[in-house]
Amino acid sequence: MPLFHARVLVSLRPSVLDPAGEATRAAAGRLGIEGVRRLRIGKAVDLEIEAPDAGSARQRLELLSDRLLANPVIEDWTLDLQQAAGSQEG
Amino acid sequence: MTVGIVVFPGSNCDRDVAWALEGVLGLPTRFLWHEEDDLEGLGAVVLPGGFSYGDYLRCGAIARFAPILEAVRRFAEGGGPVLGICNGFQVLTEMGLLPGALTRNSDLHFLCEPAALQVSPGPCRWLRDYGADEAIVLPIAHGEGRYQADRATLHHLEDQGCVVLRYRDNPNGSVGDVAGLCNPEGNVLGLMPHPERACDPLLGGVDGRRLLATALG
Repeated sequence: MPLFHARVLVSLRPSVLDPAGEATRAAAGRLGIEGVRRLRIGKAVDLEIEAPDAGSARQRLELLSDRLLANPVIEDWTLDLQQAAGSQEG
Repeated sequence: MTVGIVVFPGSNCDRDVAWALEGVLGLPTRFLWHEEDDLEGLGAVVLPGGFSYGDYLRCGAIARFAPILEAVRRFAEGGGPVLGICNGFQVLTEMGLLPGALTRNSDLHFLCEPAALQVSPGPCRWLRDYGADEAIVLPIAHGEGRYQADRATLHHLEDQGCVVLRYRDNPNGSVGDVAGLCNPEGNVLGLMPHPERACDPLLGGVDGRRLLATALG
């Protein structure tokens, strides 16, 4: 079974306040780093998944992201999917 | 009436709820381990506060998949009274039994203090003995209690009378000052404050006793 690497990035929706991001942005200024206008904190979830093909892997990961990794009430997500090197389809 | 109290790995208010219900109200209780799925003989279910499954991923996100919660969902959909306190409220939103989500407090602090609340009982069975705009005080203890829902959802909830508890002095940045919500049928209540910690005068207040007694007494 082919193996796929995936990274799901979960971020707070733009309308949702991110107090931790705002506190971190303020700390950047105290470190002396000027000009940080916006800082939002999300999560990166790295996965390896076996699936018959990329379409099937994507379908499962989309379901996983929608149902578990992100809460669509407050979060958006994006998926990056790549077949593992040396892993054969079929 | 026997009241079921769900116990997840990481629940830490389950015994407080049992103490309040048994010791103060004289009601029998039964602990329900998260792997159980039998609610036979129970008149109500409480999802207590704590940090279910360590609150990994998001508060209440993993708990949602516990076998006991499928039984609780059927119980709630059949009209059974369900109360979610603090982490229990977070679980109810993750399950979709109540809309919205609970997010990090706007000032990032864990808040542990008395909270003045305004009661608007609406259709809520848990608050049916209260008059409109009654004022009560219950303790809060949470880091992630900022209620979040989009404008349309909040308006819909308000139109249906489902925003049943509001902070009088919003401590955490919740939209609409939401401290507690019920479903339109009125049998499911989720709230961030802890009524079970306000049942004995020695603990500084008894406003929680009446809330628990209203639906369960």
